Amino acid sequence: MTATFGPSVTRRLIIKGVGAVALVGLGHATLGPWPALAANDKYPDDAFKQKNAGEAIKALYGKDHEASDKIKLDAPEIAENGGVVPISVTTTLSDVTSISFIVSENPFALAASYRIPEGTVPAVANRLKMAKTSNVIALVQAGGKLYSATKEVKVTVGGCGG
Amino acid sequence: MASSIRVRAILNGDTTDVQTLIQHPMDTGLVKDSKGELIPAHYIQQLSFEHNGKTVFQADWGTAVSKDPYVKFAFKGAAKGDEIKVSWLDNKGATDSLTAKIQ
Repeated sequence: MTATFGPSVTRRLIIKGVGAVALVGLGHATLGPWPALAANDKYPDDAFKQKNAGEAIKALYGKDHEASDKIKLDAPEIAENGGVVPISVTTTLSDVTSISFIVSENPFALAASYRIPEGTVPAVANRLKMAKTSNVIALVQAGGKLYSATKEVKVTVGGCGG
Repeated sequence: MASSIRVRAILNGDTTDVQTLIQHPMDTGLVKDSKGELIPAHYIQQLSFEHNGKTVFQADWGTAVSKDPYVKFAFKGAAKGDEIKVSWLDNKGATDSLTAKIQ
Protein backbone atom coordinates (compact mmCIF):
# COMPACT_ATOMS: atom_id res chain seq x y z
CA MET A 1 0.00 0.00 0.00
CA THR A 2 2.83 2.42 0.73
CA ALA A 3 5.05 1.61 -2.24
CA THR A 4 2.75 2.71 -5.01
CA PHE A 5 2.70 6.48 -4.72
CA GLY A 6 2.24 8.01 -8.15
CA PRO A 7 0.82 11.10 -9.77
CA SER A 8 -2.62 10.22 -8.43
CA VAL A 9 -1.45 10.76 -4.85
CA THR A 10 -0.42 14.29 -5.63
CA ARG A 11 -3.77 14.89 -7.22
CA ARG A 12 -5.52 13.45 -4.18
CA LEU A 13 -3.58 15.70 -1.86
CA ILE A 14 -4.50 18.72 -3.90
CA ILE A 15 -8.16 17.73 -3.87
CA LYS A 16 -7.97 17.11 -0.14
CA GLY A 17 -6.39 20.49 0.36
CA VAL A 18 -9.12 22.23 -1.58
CA GLY A 19 -11.72 20.28 0.38
CA ALA A 20 -10.19 21.31 3.68
CA VAL A 21 -10.15 24.96 2.71
CA ALA A 22 -13.76 24.69 1.65
CA LEU A 23 -14.63 23.12 4.99
CA VAL A 24 -12.93 25.81 7.01
CA GLY A 25 -14.72 28.43 4.98
CA LEU A 26 -18.12 26.83 5.35
CA GLY A 27 -17.76 25.62 8.91
CA HIS A 28 -19.33 28.63 10.55
CA ALA A 29 -22.01 29.20 8.00
CA THR A 30 -23.38 25.65 8.02
CA LEU A 31 -23.55 24.78 11.70
CA GLY A 32 -27.28 25.32 11.53
CA PRO A 33 -29.05 22.11 10.57
CA TRP A 34 -27.78 19.66 13.18
CA PRO A 35 -29.19 20.99 16.46
CA ALA A 36 -32.61 20.87 14.81
CA LEU A 37 -32.58 17.07 14.62
CA ALA A 38 -35.13 15.27 16.75
CA ALA A 39 -34.02 13.08 19.64
CA ASN A 40 -34.55 9.83 17.73
CA ASP A 41 -32.13 11.04 15.06
CA LYS A 42 -29.26 10.57 17.50
CA TYR A 43 -26.12 8.89 16.17
CA PRO A 44 -26.00 5.27 17.46
CA ASP A 45 -22.46 5.58 18.82
CA ASP A 46 -22.63 2.44 20.92
CA ALA A 47 -23.68 0.19 18.03
CA PHE A 48 -20.81 1.42 15.85
CA LYS A 49 -18.30 0.56 18.60
CA GLN A 50 -19.26 -3.13 18.78
CA LYS A 51 -16.72 -5.52 17.34
CA ASN A 52 -18.92 -8.47 16.45
CA ALA A 53 -22.07 -8.65 14.40
CA GLY A 54 -24.35 -10.03 17.12
CA GLU A 55 -23.44 -7.32 19.62
CA ALA A 56 -23.79 -4.58 17.01
CA ILE A 57 -27.27 -5.77 16.00
CA LYS A 58 -28.27 -5.99 19.64
CA ALA A 59 -27.02 -2.48 20.35
CA LEU A 60 -28.72 -1.02 17.29
CA TYR A 61 -32.06 -2.82 17.23
CA GLY A 62 -32.24 -4.75 20.50
CA LYS A 63 -33.92 -7.74 18.87
CA ASP A 64 -33.25 -10.92 16.89
CA HIS A 65 -33.45 -11.06 13.12
CA GLU A 66 -34.83 -13.73 10.82
CA ALA A 67 -33.75 -14.44 7.25
CA SER A 68 -36.18 -13.22 4.60
CA ASP A 69 -36.33 -13.99 0.88
CA LYS A 70 -38.04 -10.64 0.37
CA ILE A 71 -34.72 -8.88 0.75
CA LYS A 72 -32.39 -8.76 -2.22
CA LEU A 73 -28.79 -8.10 -1.24
CA ASP A 74 -26.60 -7.26 -4.19
CA ALA A 75 -22.84 -7.55 -3.63
CA PRO A 76 -19.98 -8.90 -5.72
CA GLU A 77 -18.90 -12.56 -5.30
CA ILE A 78 -15.29 -11.43 -5.31
CA ALA A 79 -14.08 -7.93 -4.50
CA GLU A 80 -10.65 -7.16 -5.87
CA ASN A 81 -10.39 -3.98 -3.83
CA GLY A 82 -11.72 -4.29 -0.29
CA GLY A 83 -11.54 -0.52 0.08
CA VAL A 84 -14.46 0.06 -2.24
CA VAL A 85 -17.08 -2.69 -2.37
CA PRO A 86 -20.38 -1.68 -4.00
CA ILE A 87 -23.24 -3.13 -1.99
CA SER A 88 -26.94 -2.48 -2.38
CA VAL A 89 -30.17 -3.79 -1.00
CA THR A 90 -33.80 -3.66 -2.11
CA THR A 91 -36.80 -5.22 -0.43
CA THR A 92 -40.45 -5.90 -1.13
CA LEU A 93 -41.26 -5.86 2.59
CA SER A 94 -43.73 -3.13 3.57
CA ASP A 95 -43.52 -0.55 6.38
CA VAL A 96 -39.73 -0.44 6.25
CA THR A 97 -38.25 2.02 8.75
CA SER A 98 -34.57 1.15 8.70
CA ILE A 99 -31.91 -0.60 6.61
CA SER A 100 -28.42 -1.44 7.93
CA PHE A 101 -25.28 -3.11 6.66
CA ILE A 102 -23.05 -5.37 8.74
CA VAL A 103 -19.65 -6.65 7.63
CA SER A 104 -19.05 -9.49 10.10
CA GLU A 105 -15.25 -9.69 9.87
CA ASN A 106 -14.51 -5.96 9.97
CA PRO A 107 -12.85 -4.49 13.09
CA PHE A 108 -16.22 -2.89 13.84
CA ALA A 109 -19.07 -4.93 12.42
CA LEU A 110 -21.69 -2.24 11.78
CA ALA A 111 -20.84 -0.31 8.61
CA ALA A 112 -23.84 1.87 7.90
CA SER A 113 -27.42 2.33 9.01
CA TYR A 114 -30.13 4.18 7.10
CA ARG A 115 -33.45 5.52 8.34
CA ILE A 116 -36.28 5.19 5.87
CA PRO A 117 -39.19 7.57 6.55
CA GLU A 118 -42.61 6.98 5.04
CA GLY A 119 -42.59 7.86 1.34
CA THR A 120 -38.99 6.81 0.84
CA VAL A 121 -38.31 3.72 -1.27
CA PRO A 122 -36.85 0.86 0.84
CA ALA A 123 -33.65 0.51 -1.18
CA VAL A 124 -30.11 1.77 -0.65
CA ALA A 125 -26.88 1.52 -2.61
CA ASN A 126 -23.53 2.42 -1.09
CA ARG A 127 -19.84 1.50 -1.06
CA LEU A 128 -18.21 -0.13 1.94
CA LYS A 129 -14.75 -1.13 3.10
CA MET A 130 -14.06 -4.78 3.82
CA ALA A 131 -10.96 -5.84 5.75
CA LYS A 132 -11.10 -9.42 4.44
CA THR A 133 -13.44 -12.10 3.12
CA SER A 134 -16.61 -11.84 5.16
CA ASN A 135 -20.32 -12.26 5.35
CA VAL A 136 -22.25 -9.10 4.59
CA ILE A 137 -25.59 -8.90 6.36
CA ALA A 138 -28.33 -6.55 5.24
CA LEU A 139 -30.83 -5.87 8.01
CA VAL A 140 -34.27 -4.51 7.29
CA GLN A 141 -36.62 -3.36 10.01
CA ALA A 142 -40.19 -3.62 8.73
CA GLY A 143 -43.41 -3.43 10.68
CA GLY A 144 -41.43 -3.49 13.93
CA LYS A 145 -39.70 -6.78 13.04
CA LEU A 146 -36.14 -7.34 11.95
CA TYR A 147 -35.33 -9.31 8.80
CA SER A 148 -32.01 -10.10 7.15
CA ALA A 149 -30.22 -11.35 4.05
CA THR A 150 -26.64 -12.57 4.08
CA LYS A 151 -24.04 -12.96 1.37
CA GLU A 152 -20.36 -13.85 1.48
CA VAL A 153 -17.98 -11.54 -0.36
CA LYS A 154 -14.47 -12.78 -1.04
CA VAL A 155 -11.88 -10.04 -0.74
CA THR A 156 -8.54 -10.40 -2.50
CA VAL A 157 -6.97 -7.15 -1.21
CA GLY A 158 -8.19 -5.90 2.17
CA GLY A 159 -9.69 -2.49 2.60
CA CYS A 160 -7.92 -1.37 5.75
CA GLY A 161 -5.39 0.67 3.80
CA GLY A 162 -8.22 2.98 2.83
CA MET B 1 -15.79 27.55 -3.31
CA ALA B 2 -16.32 24.05 -4.43
CA SER B 3 -18.59 22.04 -2.19
CA SER B 4 -17.62 18.64 -0.80
CA ILE B 5 -21.02 17.41 -1.92
CA ARG B 6 -22.17 16.43 -5.36
CA VAL B 7 -25.78 15.44 -5.71
CA ARG B 8 -28.00 14.51 -8.60
CA ALA B 9 -31.73 14.25 -8.01
CA ILE B 10 -33.83 13.16 -10.97
CA LEU B 11 -37.60 12.73 -11.05
CA ASN B 12 -38.50 9.41 -12.63
CA GLY B 13 -42.27 8.86 -12.78
CA ASP B 14 -43.46 9.49 -9.21
CA THR B 15 -40.13 8.75 -7.50
CA THR B 16 -37.06 10.91 -7.26
CA ASP B 17 -33.72 9.10 -7.58
CA VAL B 18 -31.01 10.76 -5.54
CA GLN B 19 -27.33 9.98 -6.04
CA THR B 20 -24.73 11.62 -3.85
CA LEU B 21 -20.96 11.66 -3.84
CA ILE B 22 -19.09 13.37 -1.01
CA GLN B 23 -15.43 14.20 -0.80
CA HIS B 24 -14.21 12.98 2.58
CA PRO B 25 -11.17 10.91 3.71
CA MET B 26 -13.26 8.55 5.90
CA ASP B 27 -10.15 7.61 7.90
CA THR B 28 -10.79 4.62 10.16
CA GLY B 29 -8.23 5.43 12.83
CA LEU B 30 -6.70 1.96 12.30
CA VAL B 31 -4.33 2.79 9.44
CA LYS B 32 -0.73 3.99 9.78
CA ASP B 33 0.84 6.60 7.55
CA SER B 34 4.23 6.20 5.83
CA LYS B 35 6.02 7.18 9.08
CA GLY B 36 4.26 4.41 10.97
CA GLU B 37 2.02 6.78 12.91
CA LEU B 38 -1.70 6.12 13.23
CA ILE B 39 -3.89 8.40 11.16
CA PRO B 40 -6.63 9.54 13.56
CA ALA B 41 -10.22 8.55 12.78
CA HIS B 42 -11.95 11.14 10.63
CA TYR B 43 -15.26 10.10 9.14
CA ILE B 44 -18.76 11.30 8.41
CA GLN B 45 -21.21 10.12 11.06
CA GLN B 46 -24.47 11.52 9.79
CA LEU B 47 -25.82 12.50 6.42
CA SER B 48 -29.33 13.76 5.92
CA PHE B 49 -31.56 14.72 3.03
CA GLU B 50 -34.43 17.16 3.41
CA HIS B 51 -37.25 17.94 1.04
CA ASN B 52 -39.72 20.70 1.95
CA GLY B 53 -38.43 20.69 5.52
CA LYS B 54 -39.03 16.96 5.95
CA THR B 55 -36.20 14.46 6.32
CA VAL B 56 -36.56 11.95 3.49
CA PHE B 57 -33.43 9.92 4.20
CA GLN B 58 -30.86 9.76 6.93
CA ALA B 59 -27.61 7.84 7.04
CA ASP B 60 -25.62 6.93 10.15
CA TRP B 61 -22.15 5.93 9.08
CA GLY B 62 -19.24 4.17 10.75
CA THR B 63 -15.65 4.01 9.61
CA ALA B 64 -16.36 1.15 7.17
CA VAL B 65 -17.96 3.43 4.60
CA SER B 66 -15.51 3.92 1.72
CA LYS B 67 -13.45 7.06 1.23
CA ASP B 68 -15.30 9.67 -0.82
CA PRO B 69 -18.64 8.03 0.03
CA TYR B 70 -21.38 7.32 -2.47
CA VAL B 71 -25.00 6.68 -1.62
CA LYS B 72 -28.13 6.27 -3.67
CA PHE B 73 -31.78 6.20 -2.62
CA ALA B 74 -35.19 7.21 -3.95
CA PHE B 75 -38.27 8.87 -2.47
CA LYS B 76 -41.80 9.81 -3.48
CA GLY B 77 -43.79 13.02 -3.33
CA ALA B 78 -41.46 15.52 -4.99
CA ALA B 79 -41.93 17.58 -8.15
CA LYS B 80 -39.51 18.82 -10.76
CA GLY B 81 -37.78 22.00 -9.59
CA ASP B 82 -38.24 21.24 -5.88
CA GLU B 83 -35.18 21.66 -3.72
CA ILE B 84 -33.41 18.93 -1.81
CA LYS B 85 -30.97 19.82 0.94
CA VAL B 86 -28.06 17.54 1.75
CA SER B 87 -26.05 17.97 4.98
CA TRP B 88 -23.35 15.97 6.67
CA LEU B 89 -21.61 16.03 10.04
CA ASP B 90 -18.33 14.27 10.81
CA ASN B 91 -16.75 13.01 14.04
CA LYS B 92 -14.65 16.17 14.33
CA GLY B 93 -17.73 18.37 14.23
CA ALA B 94 -17.20 19.64 10.69
CA THR B 95 -20.26 19.99 8.49
CA ASP B 96 -21.18 20.90 4.97
CA SER B 97 -24.46 21.25 3.15
CA LEU B 98 -25.74 21.80 -0.33
CA THR B 99 -29.12 22.49 -1.86
CA ALA B 100 -29.89 21.07 -5.28
CA LYS B 101 -32.86 21.28 -7.60
CA ILE B 102 -34.70 18.13 -8.62
CA GLN B 103 -34.38 17.66 -12.37
